[in-house]
Amino acid sequence: MGWADNLKRSLLVKGGVHPPASKLAAGVKISDGPKPKRVLIPLSQHVGAACEPLVEKGDRVLLGQKIGDSDSYISAPVHSSVSGEVTSIQRFPHPSGRDVLTVEISSDGEDAPAPGLGPAPDPLSMEPGEIRRRVREGGIVGLGGAVFPTHVKLSPPSDRPIEAVIVNGAECEPFLTGDYRLMLERGQDIIHGARIIRRAVGAERIIIAIEQTGPKAIAAMREAVPDDGIEVFILPGIYPQGAEKTLVKTVLGREVPSGGLPMDVGAIVDNVGTCAAISELFLTGMPLTRRIVTVAGDGVAGRANLEVRIGTVVREVIDFCGGLSGDPGKVILGGPMMGLAQYTMDVPVTKATGGILVFKKGSVFCEEPGHFSCIRCGRCVRRCPMNLRPYLLGSYSDAGMWDHLEDLYINDCMECGSCAYICPTKNPLVQLIKVGKEGFNRRKRKMEALAEKASEEAEEKENAGKTA
Amino acid sequence: MPEKQPDSELEKEQEAGVEPDEARAESRLLNIGVSPHIRDSSTTAGIMGWVIVALLPITAYGIYMGGVSAAIVVAMSILGAVATEAVIQRLRHEPVTVNDLSAVLTGLLLGLTLPPELPFWMPLLGGIVAIALGKQVFGGLGHNIFNPALVGRAVLFVSYSKYMTTSYLFSPKAPVFASQSIKSINAITTATPLAAQGLVRKDELTVAASRYYGPLLVGNPWGCIGEVSAVLILVGLAILLYKGLVDWRIPVCYVGTVVVLSWILGMDPLFAALAGGLLFGACFMATDYVTNPMTAWGKVIFAVGCGIVTTVLRFYSNLPEGVMFAILLMNGFTPLIDRYVKPVPYGVRAMRRAQAAAEAEQAGEAA
Repeated sequence: MGWADNLKRSLLVKGGVHPPASKLAAGVKISDGPKPKRVLIPLSQHVGAACEPLVEKGDRVLLGQKIGDSDSYISAPVHSSVSGEVTSIQRFPHPSGRDVLTVEISSDGEDAPAPGLGPAPDPLSMEPGEIRRRVREGGIVGLGGAVFPTHVKLSPPSDRPIEAVIVNGAECEPFLTGDYRLMLERGQDIIHGARIIRRAVGAERIIIAIEQTGPKAIAAMREAVPDDGIEVFILPGIYPQGAEKTLVKTVLGREVPSGGLPMDVGAIVDNVGTCAAISELFLTGMPLTRRIVTVAGDGVAGRANLEVRIGTVVREVIDFCGGLSGDPGKVILGGPMMGLAQYTMDVPVTKATGGILVFKKGSVFCEEPGHFSCIRCGRCVRRCPMNLRPYLLGSYSDAGMWDHLEDLYINDCMECGSCAYICPTKNPLVQLIKVGKEGFNRRKRKMEALAEKASEEAEEKENAGKTA
Repeated sequence: MPEKQPDSELEKEQEAGVEPDEARAESRLLNIGVSPHIRDSSTTAGIMGWVIVALLPITAYGIYMGGVSAAIVVAMSILGAVATEAVIQRLRHEPVTVNDLSAVLTGLLLGLTLPPELPFWMPLLGGIVAIALGKQVFGGLGHNIFNPALVGRAVLFVSYSKYMTTSYLFSPKAPVFASQSIKSINAITTATPLAAQGLVRKDELTVAASRYYGPLLVGNPWGCIGEVSAVLILVGLAILLYKGLVDWRIPVCYVGTVVVLSWILGMDPLFAALAGGLLFGACFMATDYVTNPMTAWGKVIFAVGCGIVTTVLRFYSNLPEGVMFAILLMNGFTPLIDRYVKPVPYGVRAMRRAQAAAEAEQAGEAA
């Protein structure tokens, strides 16, 4: 890597911020999480349609048994992470803040696996359709945080040839170290999973993208890489390099069209965790029932990278790591830049939970000013990785002027939080943009419905005129 | 081992059949503010504070050169600005935000653009006008169209132009007002016989102008308080650039435009850059966050516009100096520039290309 490469990369990178990395758990090996007596498995853990329960109260379920599925294309089934008895199916608090229909299972501690789960023979010469089917049945979703069903990503239409599989090892969120540890400890699994993905989409190249701030991970992956079209790409250490669209631009030098997907420019992006999960699915047959969760922050006694069963209650994971230390101010699921602050610790770990961060009162940003007080310093415009104008998005959203938000491409905002992070007046820009998106999209749907109604009426009139 | 017994809690929950009240009660304890949960350490007061720090060298030297009266001018304009901010915010039932230092900065900037010898009430009035008419009538910090300090100065300038320029000219301490010297240079060019063309004229001009280089750089005795030394203004600019508080494009394009245009029009370029309020205005007034455009190219347009207007006013108007009105005029154009000069969001060019290709394909099929 010469200076010319560095220069080229830095020219491709627009905006971004440098939050302190705070990778407290970077040196802690991945270990098994608690063995819960009870799990809460929400039927909605991904982008897309929620699942319907396949079990009833009182049923005995086995480890890896499918307990929820949906007929929708954009959806993924959910599986039991323990063996035991279904004690209830009802609404429980969910990390999203809403109450979501959840299967509650009390574990018998035996972990008796469901029948029919077994290794797949020779996945690298399997039919792409069969790979997709297995990935869907395995409940695999993007584990980087967006939880988009992976089988959808693996199904590019025939007019969208995929050139490269980008394996996302950026993990640009501060504090989170699960992907980093995974690259150090299970590089072979990641590469095996990436090869299965490559087979499914018919790509040639695999590019493993890692931030330059993790030299050990770069070295480990370089060591694990055999020479068959697999490359390691070093990313600049700027947040949000791990965001899908930013990553595609840095790695391939192409922009994903607004409203489009990476497959539109011949790429598919999958997180290292997703690759490892796919590898495990094909090697052991075990669907996605566990994920790696980083536990860190000054409000929790220990720090760890745990392989936690999905459905384990967050409070139990925190207790497993030594419990709270001091008065908790915020409990965040995910990273500090995009994670969701929880009102209770009784939510379950889902497929989206990459981290459990507990901060003491006073050590985390809690207060928001009551009013929008922009001084037009322009930092948000310079730092926005999507080249939007966050100050305008914020002020129009604040004023409820939804119709102005279209020309500002509000739906292209990925809520990475760079603008709010850098804002000297501490404007709650992400909050305002979320509100603005909701208002704008509601208005757009309403206007479309009205237009449709109007055209129908006009047609009717015309027809009436003709018959008369 | 976990301190609580999850079993008993679990059983209680199962018996109740709903999630325990405890979970709801906890919401009183945990903050659920929206992401990002970490912020950088920058604050409005921090930014204003660093601009004030950048102004300190020139302020100190200006007061040293101008004496007690200069100190009174600066103090009075700061007092006027801060008091007005507090009073108006009180009247509007808003939180009083004088400790964000923005009013202090406005007062300081105003004071530095005034001559050192004024009746004490004049800078006070300037400070009041700057905040009241320049800022608060628009809704306070961030909402004003025009640079508040320059609004204050402009009102003083048109109301008491005798004090602002001429009285100063006859002051024993400061025999020549900087912008007057520009006029005198102009007079030289016109007085130069047309017969002596080209080199001769240029030489004469250079000799005349270069006499002023030294004083303008290190100790200009006939400027406003903040114009006493170009070197110290540049020191301030260096602090601002180092802290990443201003965009280099504005001072560079502003001064660059004036230099080039003045050179074309026959004035000594270095003299054009150093004389009058240009450097101070370009470094500290035109770079005001609120009143200049948000995008890089917008800033370039703004600065070049300031440069053109300044040169035009210097050469073709009755005003001795054009910086103040040039910046105010271009402030007025800022909303318009921001409307038309905007960044193209990520993926929008690619989207348009894809749409154009799809349309072309459709057209091809139709044909």
